[in-house]
This record gives sequence, C-alpha cells and structure tokens, in this order.
Amino acid sequence: MTGLHLAAALNDAGWHPAAWRDPGARPDALFTAAYWTGLAAEAERGLLDLLTVEDSLGLQSAVPGVPDDRTDQVRGRLDAVLIAALLAPGTSRIGLVPTTDTTHTEPFHVSIGIASLDHASRGRGGWRPQVAGAGLTDAPHFGRRVFPEAGPGWFATPEGELLALGLLAEAAEFVEIVRRLWDSWEDDAEIRDTATGRFLDRAKVHYIDFDGDHLSVRGPSITPRPPQGQPLVTALAHGPGPYEFAARAADVVYVTPHSRADAEAAVAQVREAERDAARTGEPLRIFADLVVFLDETPGAAASRKARLDDLDGAPLASDARIFTGTPGDLADVLLDLREAGLDGFRLRPGVLPADLAGITRGLVPILQGRGAFRTAYEAATLRGHLGLPRPAGRYSVPTGRRP
Amino acid sequence: MPVKQIHLAAHFPGVNNTTVWSDPRSGSQIDFDSFVHLARTAERGKFDFFFLAEGLRLREMKGRIHDLDVAGRPESLTVLSALSAVTTRLGLAATVNSTFNEPYEVARRLATLDHLSGGRAAWNVVTSYDAFTGENFRRGGYLDEADRYNRAREFLHTARELWDSWAPRDLVADPAAGEFARAGAGTFAHRGTQFDIAGRFTVPRGPQGHPVIIQAGDSDEGREFAAADADVIFSRHGRLDDGRAFYKDVKSRLAKYGRRSDELKILPAVTYVLGDTEQDAAERAAEIRRAQVTPRNALVFLEGFWGRDLSGYDPDGPLPDVEPDLGEGVSKGRAQFRGDRGEVVRTWRALAAERGLSIRELVIEATGRQTFIGTPRSVAGQIDEFVQSDAADGFVFVPHLTPGGLDDLVEHVVPLLQEKGVFRADYTGPTLRDHLGIGGPRAPKETP
Repeated sequence: MTGLHLAAALNDAGWHPAAWRDPGARPDALFTAAYWTGLAAEAERGLLDLLTVEDSLGLQSAVPGVPDDRTDQVRGRLDAVLIAALLAPGTSRIGLVPTTDTTHTEPFHVSIGIASLDHASRGRGGWRPQVAGAGLTDAPHFGRRVFPEAGPGWFATPEGELLALGLLAEAAEFVEIVRRLWDSWEDDAEIRDTATGRFLDRAKVHYIDFDGDHLSVRGPSITPRPPQGQPLVTALAHGPGPYEFAARAADVVYVTPHSRADAEAAVAQVREAERDAARTGEPLRIFADLVVFLDETPGAAASRKARLDDLDGAPLASDARIFTGTPGDLADVLLDLREAGLDGFRLRPGVLPADLAGITRGLVPILQGRGAFRTAYEAATLRGHLGLPRPAGRYSVPTGRRP
Repeated sequence: MPVKQIHLAAHFPGVNNTTVWSDPRSGSQIDFDSFVHLARTAERGKFDFFFLAEGLRLREMKGRIHDLDVAGRPESLTVLSALSAVTTRLGLAATVNSTFNEPYEVARRLATLDHLSGGRAAWNVVTSYDAFTGENFRRGGYLDEADRYNRAREFLHTARELWDSWAPRDLVADPAAGEFARAGAGTFAHRGTQFDIAGRFTVPRGPQGHPVIIQAGDSDEGREFAAADADVIFSRHGRLDDGRAFYKDVKSRLAKYGRRSDELKILPAVTYVLGDTEQDAAERAAEIRRAQVTPRNALVFLEGFWGRDLSGYDPDGPLPDVEPDLGEGVSKGRAQFRGDRGEVVRTWRALAAERGLSIRELVIEATGRQTFIGTPRSVAGQIDEFVQSDAADGFVFVPHLTPGGLDDLVEHVVPLLQEKGVFRADYTGPTLRDHLGIGGPRAPKETP
C-alpha cells in the first residue's frame, strides 16, 4: 500500500482569525517574502506533497458574503500566484498550488500565470480555481457584473443555488480553457530549424477555439506547454454540485468530512460524480481537509486554541473538522479516516508557523514510523508525487500519422 | 557642474525579430534559468531594473502563425516574482496592458510584487492592443487610439487610488492592542467614464507606495501621458540628434503638471556590439544584422509592406516589380506600421536602385537600428556622451542573444562608466525609486 499524501494550506497567520496574536506568530511579516519562504522551507522539510496558498479578490470578513469592519483580525492579502512563484527558486520538490478566482478574472491570464509557475518551478505548479461564492461582494471591485446582495444563508435559497450552479458552470468552462491553452503548444513545437529558418513548427501550435455559454477564447497560448504538460488542478468541494465540478475539471479534490462516516459518504459521492461525469483516465485524488492545532503535551493545543477563541470573542468556526491534540493523536485520526478511501489530507495549520512545524516535525515522523508516509521525495514533479503521469497534449498527433 | 548619472536597464530578449536564435550560444527563451542568468547579470552590473515585454497572442502573417522568430514567453509578473527571490536590489518591471485587464487586479498584482521584492516593482503601461488580441479575452473589444489613452490614463489613476487606499500606517499588526489594521483601510470608490468601482482593496501599501510607472509611446498622446503620469519613458530615439529633440520636447512638458524635469527619466531602447577594435566591432555588427535578417525574414518583412504574398521572389534578387496592395495588411499581433506604405515602398525602390541592393540588403539597410558599436572604451564614451548631452538619461539595453547577451557589456563597459564616475559603483538604496532618484509617489492619502 502506498503512503498517504499530505498538503499544507497556508493562509494569513494561520486559519484561526486570532492566530496573528499568538506569541509565536509574525504579524508584522505577513506581507514580506521572508515570511512565505520560511513557511515553504518548513513544508518542504516535512516532505509534503504540496502547499496551497489561499486567496480572494476581496478583503477577509468574519461574515461570509458580507464585508465587516473588524480591525482585530488579519485584513489584507497578497496575490497567491505571485507568492507561489516567489517560492519556486528556494524550494526544489514541493508542489506550489495557488488559488485564483474564476468569476472576475481572465482564463488566458490565469493559464499563462500557472504555466509560468510550472516553468519557474520545473514542474511543481498547481492551481486551485475558486468561484466567487461568498465573495460576490467582490463584483463592485470590477464593475463588470451585478450580483444580488448575498448575505449569510443566501446561497441556500433557490435563487442562490441557481446562481451558484451558474458560477460553477462558468468555472468549468474556465478550467477547460486553461487546460486547452496548456496543451495548445505541442511539446516539440519549438524546432529551431536553421536549415529552413523556422523557429516554430506552426503545425504543432493550435488554436483552441473555445466558444462556450460563458466564455470564448481563440488561443493558442503565448506560453509554451508547461513542464508537467498539465499542472495539477485542485478544487475544494462541499457538496454534489462542486463534486461534479471537481469530477469534470480537477485532478485532486479537497473534501471536508467531520467523521469517518462523513468521509465514507463524501468518497462515495465523489465517485458517483465521477461516474455521472463519465470521467476517464486517472480517478480524482481525494484529500480531506482538517484544521489542526498540535502540541506535544496532551491538552496544550486545546488550551492554546481556547485562548485564541477568547481573544477573538467566539469559538473558531470552520467548514472543515477542527483537530486539537498531539501529533500522535492526529496520526491515529488520519490513519482511521484514510480507511474511508481517502488518498491524503490537506492540513490547515491553526497558527503559523507553529502548527506547520507541528505537522512537519511532529506528525510526519510518526507517520513515517508507521510506514504511512514517504521518507524522501521520490519524484521531481508535483504530478509525480501523486503518481499521476505526464499527459500527452490533446492536440498532439503521434509521429508519422500527421496528415 | 556635476556629471549626470547614467541609468541602465536590461530587456529580456525573448519574442523579438532581433533575437538571433540561430546562434549556437542562443539559449532557451522560456527556461527559468535564462531569466535568472540575465537578471543576475544586470544586478551584477548595478542596473536599475530588468524589463519584460508582454504578448497576449501569437503573431500571424497572412493568417498563419509566424514561425521565423523566437516565440513563446511566460507571464511577466509571475516570472518577476520568482526572480525577486534570486535578486536583492534589481528593479523588476512588467509590461501589463490596460485594455485586457482591470485596474483592481493589476493594482493588486503590482502591489504584491512590490511587497515581495521589498520595493522593486515597476509597471510598463501599454495601450496598443487590438481586436485580434481581444479574441483571447472576455471583453473582446477594440479601442481606437484616443479611447485607448483615455482608458490607460484612467486605469493608472484608478490603480493609484487603490494603492493609496491603505495609508502608510493602516497596517498596525499590534497583538497587544489587538489591532491588525485601522478601520476602513483599503476603502476605495472610483467613478469615471471608464471605470465605476468601489469596495475594499486587499493589499496594504507597498514599500514604494506606488510601483514605478513606465511608459513607451512616441505619439503626442503618448508623450503627454508620460509627462503627466510616468516615472520612466522608453523611447526609440537611439540617435543623438533625434534623442536630443525628443528629450527636450518631453522634459518641457513636465512643468505644466507641476513636475521637475528630473522626475521623468528618458531611456531609449538600444543595442550594442563590442569588438577588440572598431573594425572588429563593425564586422560583428554586420554579421549580427545578417543573422537577424535571414532570407526568409527579409521576404516576410517586405510582405508586411507590400501587403501580398512575395514568396516567389528571390531574397538575393531585386525588389518585387509588383505594386503593393494597400488594403488591410497581412501582419497581426505586433506593433503596426502607421503611415503611407505606398510612399515607403517608393522610397525603398529608389534606395535599392541607387545602391544596387537586393531584397535582403535593402531590409538590412532599412531596418538597421544598431546603436553603440565599438571597443568597450569607445562604447562607454558614446553612452556617456549621449547622456551628458541630454539625449537621454540612460538606456534600456536590448541584447541580441538570450540569455548571455549582456555579459560582455557588464564585464567590459560598466566598469569604464564607473571609472568615469557617471555610473554607480553600488546600489545606494533598497528600492527602484532609490535607484532612479525620482523620489516617492505623489500625494499619498494620510489617515486623518
């Protein structure tokens, strides 16, 4: 049995809104290169498959879908693709997976950005497309689209559900465009043929001619095919609509089970979505997300979280299960959850860098000791870590069969 | 009177009809190592900044993808962010157009680069994109010349409003007081003819306040735009007389915007060729020209002006005897020639007849823009003369080889400029604004 896969989700000062007030936090460094390169070095030290970088086009808010005026939580964030690119030269194995919005941005720009990340990292680039969702309030930042006021609970209304499905359909087209652009240059399109004076073989560079209900792009890309061919596409999903999106568009899906039974149900639903989407090729890799607070002493993590809850004025709320305890306890939980059919976990450190170090220096050695995690990187690319082959370009014609 | 200090910048020669990809020393234009090599060379030479151009659609000739020149490039800001990790002082300039982008996203990405690089970000604002490029974007669309500058000007002003939406002390990060950011930080509202946007900007004020603004454009609108809003202007005036006229014109426009003449740096894009002797350099320069203008390149270049298929003509033979087709044109996705193509063709015919030039020789002659040719000492002298006589404040060097094309300049010419006392021996500050000596951004918003 192969080992499980581990990802670290980097967000602000950690996933607890009061994390920046933890004595070990570096709140004055959140917008510096040193902060992010330090975290990436730690994640790679733990041999993690990948790290993700959260992002949104709006300011953080304690109330989903509604801006707040709190000044006691982290507000402000940097562009995740650029953070991921910054991390490429100083790391050599870990996958770098930034989040981008699909509702307000251009697929062409995103496609060449992620392809460039893959070039700069020599095959370690990934991507997490994200619909605006709770960030519909970002629409006035662009002034191009008008959405209804989306307060808490609005997405559960029939009108909200319909809009969410529309945004997901648009996101699916977005990903399809991005993937086609990655393939629009065949691997050997650059020929540098001095005899004929041709730099390119234009027969190996393809228009994508995508014309969908929401988006249209002619192509080809301006960026040659990235080293992985297709950088890793990942998606966070909480229900049937997003599972179907992931089944059609992604390589990895992050789900948020709160128990073993939950995890079994989520895996079953994801597999069903794959059948409904008639997915072929590699099955979706399924990771479960957990927010983690880790300390060696029993009870210390829980009291640390309780202190942060007090500072913030409310217990931490999350879409994902919140774990507090020792790395050994977490290892037990993960190995149990994994039996539900999970391929790995994306752990969201409650406080950075402390809980990331808890993963890399506490959890990882325990999992290694139980034979459940790698003791060295075995591949050079992100797809390689996950056992995913480098796909052939969809426009490529096998040699000798070109008309 | 103190001598003027020269400003030097490096252009990464990727997609370009002057990059000699057939040279055995020519490396990859996409591999990250190439970018690292050129950026580190520029930083070793104490250059002000490293500059990347932009492409949003592959060029076409006669409806087919152009296959003779280097093609394929990464997304500028992504590469520059990666380069910020392997350099410490070099400015990092990205070309980002104002037609197929939105101010919120561009301001956000540039402010991010400014943070991650510790104050080294610059933005080359470009305007000239057409419906052909628009086929790759949501908004599609074409803007005619006047509208493009209107959009560009308002785009830049909107970006400045976003950068100013966080005052310098809005980021507090005081755990004891429990205050991370001041109330209302990032609040903005812009209502204009091009953009009507409002909300909260996510990026606190960067180390430079505003990234450095670069502009290239030779038209009257372009010069006015630069005088009003830019910190650096790229020019094409690589010859002394032209350069002086351009310099005088642009600098004279600054006063009406309340700016001093040294607040805008004029940097022509230039090339150089070094040799052990003047004759050696001249021979190398001629070889480079022949490598740039291959027989097929020469024909394709003429086709752009003739507006018709000339593939049956011999590049080493006389100019085509057919008349040009002055219709729509056959070249797409690159800066278009504006003007009377018929007149140009008549001039070339006369020139070719007078000197007995073949097609290829004519193209070599007509497109020659080599700037500095000579020994290291004479090139250093030419560079200095250019700047001291107010034809420029410095230069953007466009090497003809990737990625080693600046190695000999940095090794042999820069030390001579340093000896003359006209170029810095080391960086004196951390930010690109420090290197350029242009001071801080205009009028940041202060928290009352």
